[in-house]
Amino acid sequence: MPTTLKDQAAIVGIGETEYSKNSGRSELSLASEACAAAISDAGLTPADIDGMTTFTMDNSDEIEVARAVGVKDLTFFSRTPHGGGAAIGVMHQAAMAVATGSAKAVVVYRALNGRSGSRYSEGVSGGPTTSDLIHWSWYMPSGLMTPASWVAMYTQRYMHDYGCTGEDLAEVCLSQRDHAVKNPRAFFYEKPLTFEEHQSARPIVEPLRLYDCCQETDGGAACVVVSPEMARELPHAPAMIRAVAQGAAGDQESMTSFYRPSLSDLPEMDLVAKQCWAISGLGPDDVDAAVMYDAFSSNVLFQLESFGFCEKGRAKDFVRDGNLRLGGRLPSNTHGGQLSEAYLHGMNGVNEGVRLIRGTSSSQPDKNEHVLVTAGVGVPTSGMVLGQG
Amino acid sequence: MALAGKAREDFEKKLKPYVGIGIGVEDVGRNPVNQAMIRQWCEAMGDELGVYTDAAAAAVSTHEGIVAPPTMLQAWILGGVAMAGGEDDPRDKQKELHRLFDEHGFTGVVATNTEQKYLRYLRPGDEVRAATQIESISEQKATGLGVGYFINTRTLFYDQDDAEVGSLTFRVLKFETEDRPSASEGEGSSAIPGKPQRIKPVLGHDNEWWWQCVEKGELAIQKCSSCGVLRHPPRPMCGECQSTDWEFIFSTGRGTINSYVVIHYPEVPGYTYPLVVAVVDLEEGTRFVSNVVDVDPAEVEIGMSVQASIEHVDDEMKLPVFRRA
Ligand SMILES: [Zn+2]
Repeated sequence: MPTTLKDQAAIVGIGETEYSKNSGRSELSLASEACAAAISDAGLTPADIDGMTTFTMDNSDEIEVARAVGVKDLTFFSRTPHGGGAAIGVMHQAAMAVATGSAKAVVVYRALNGRSGSRYSEGVSGGPTTSDLIHWSWYMPSGLMTPASWVAMYTQRYMHDYGCTGEDLAEVCLSQRDHAVKNPRAFFYEKPLTFEEHQSARPIVEPLRLYDCCQETDGGAACVVVSPEMARELPHAPAMIRAVAQGAAGDQESMTSFYRPSLSDLPEMDLVAKQCWAISGLGPDDVDAAVMYDAFSSNVLFQLESFGFCEKGRAKDFVRDGNLRLGGRLPSNTHGGQLSEAYLHGMNGVNEGVRLIRGTSSSQPDKNEHVLVTAGVGVPTSGMVLGQG
Repeated sequence: MALAGKAREDFEKKLKPYVGIGIGVEDVGRNPVNQAMIRQWCEAMGDELGVYTDAAAAAVSTHEGIVAPPTMLQAWILGGVAMAGGEDDPRDKQKELHRLFDEHGFTGVVATNTEQKYLRYLRPGDEVRAATQIESISEQKATGLGVGYFINTRTLFYDQDDAEVGSLTFRVLKFETEDRPSASEGEGSSAIPGKPQRIKPVLGHDNEWWWQCVEKGELAIQKCSSCGVLRHPPRPMCGECQSTDWEFIFSTGRGTINSYVVIHYPEVPGYTYPLVVAVVDLEEGTRFVSNVVDVDPAEVEIGMSVQASIEHVDDEMKLPVFRRA
């Protein structure tokens, strides 16, 4: 039995549907197509799959997806909560299942009609009385009920504390857009963004403007996780999971942790980072590229500090020095991110992490020994370090 | 109520930059001019002219072959069903202009007239694209539908050789559909059936008592009866000593803004935008999140001293809100 999750599992297949604004079909259809594509990319058949995991927010049940795809007996299935915070939590589930022998091959998926169906930008409202809805009830009456409004609250304080400006946020957006322009899957494929366009775009929730906010997308993404031994028999070079971890910090709320000492800190991601380095035996200097969760541009700044790529409060300088671009210290969100490729709740980021390790990104950096991939910001969250097989 | 005085001046200043500019996106025909669409159009319109659908008749006409009805000009570049479900292209200045009107209460829209000019007949195989310019925006007008502004656009149509084949002018009226709600109007006004109200809290064991305090005009803070620690939002157990015994105190409502946001989008019915929401450090040591009212959003800042008061925020709900102290 393993004592850590270091190199106990590998991602061997990735798949996704077209990313669009109006899929015209069910979320189950999107999930099934993404899973089938990932299984095929792995060089496996549906009958080889015995584990499935997804987000609690996914509307497509594991067993329904399994039936649609032709997966037979399942010995492992699970769900991870907290929206985008689950993006690597699901990888954690898959890695643990494979490492303990609970399953041999786990499909991880997420599919949503995020634009034509239920849109997260429209915010939270009523429903059955749960502790979660009591939580939202502290914010709905004053109108603080959209993801942009919650993230803007930390962002405002962070900018105040560290002298960060909208121009710093612009560089996050522009660097990612430059990547998306080269990525045919991206909503903004061949559509560049200028600094002036970013700065003059309409405010959504100040201090966040239009291009600081992610896409709303219809689509599905999935990947396949197996043991390193099994990975060696499969066609693609595996993306080894060097480390994977979850974190929920003290006094945490989902998106509205406004009661901790500093709104400028991200203790749950600090907790994930600490575990990632401890498990992998690596540190920020060992990481060549990153896929950082970017529902909003400011998310990236917080995480650069949590993972120690720069000192607290210095992310704006790190970004302004061009370090997120190809040729910079940490080429990041090379698919365009959720700002410019698609919003798949972070699962498209997992697939981009695998492409970076394979060397097949549309904006491929020269070095790709290790890649960091993270999940939602402002929620109980997760992260992983991928490495060469 | 129509915009007047300084507010109207400020709004009209924002309109000026849109006059005379291209809308920033081109409409490109999804298919070249083709016989199938021509036939469907003619059937729908009841147009039986041979030069549109009968190859033999067309060949011996002055056109020497099939041509498209000139009135189909715009049909070649329309987005189809996708127009209803797609997302606005963020580069589209015309959509941006319409949103600007929407944000200032001119949410109604009606097309009033259009004119087309044709420079040549289109033939199967022609590839059509169109570029639109915002030509003019009228003075504020009082119309039968309400107070509003006319927007005139001109669209030029081009073929595959970039030669102009026709043009179209379009005039729409953006008008006020109803009075905009105002935050300060809530108090004393009687409930109008169907008038949108704010989203109410969901009440359960752990928070209902707190909202009952608000009904009585108090901003309460939960206090552990065992170790005395204050906590907000309320929870059933003390995280410090695990006691389930609790009482509450009333806050003075005095505090300091820790952080704040100015919400513009989406505009949820029942709320007035731009809407300011702040995390306030109360002097008792806990925090409370609510609106900051009667302050220009541009003047709200971190560190500002504020004072809570419990007020009707709509016809049905009371909420502690903050004003500059
Ligand atoms: Zn206690």
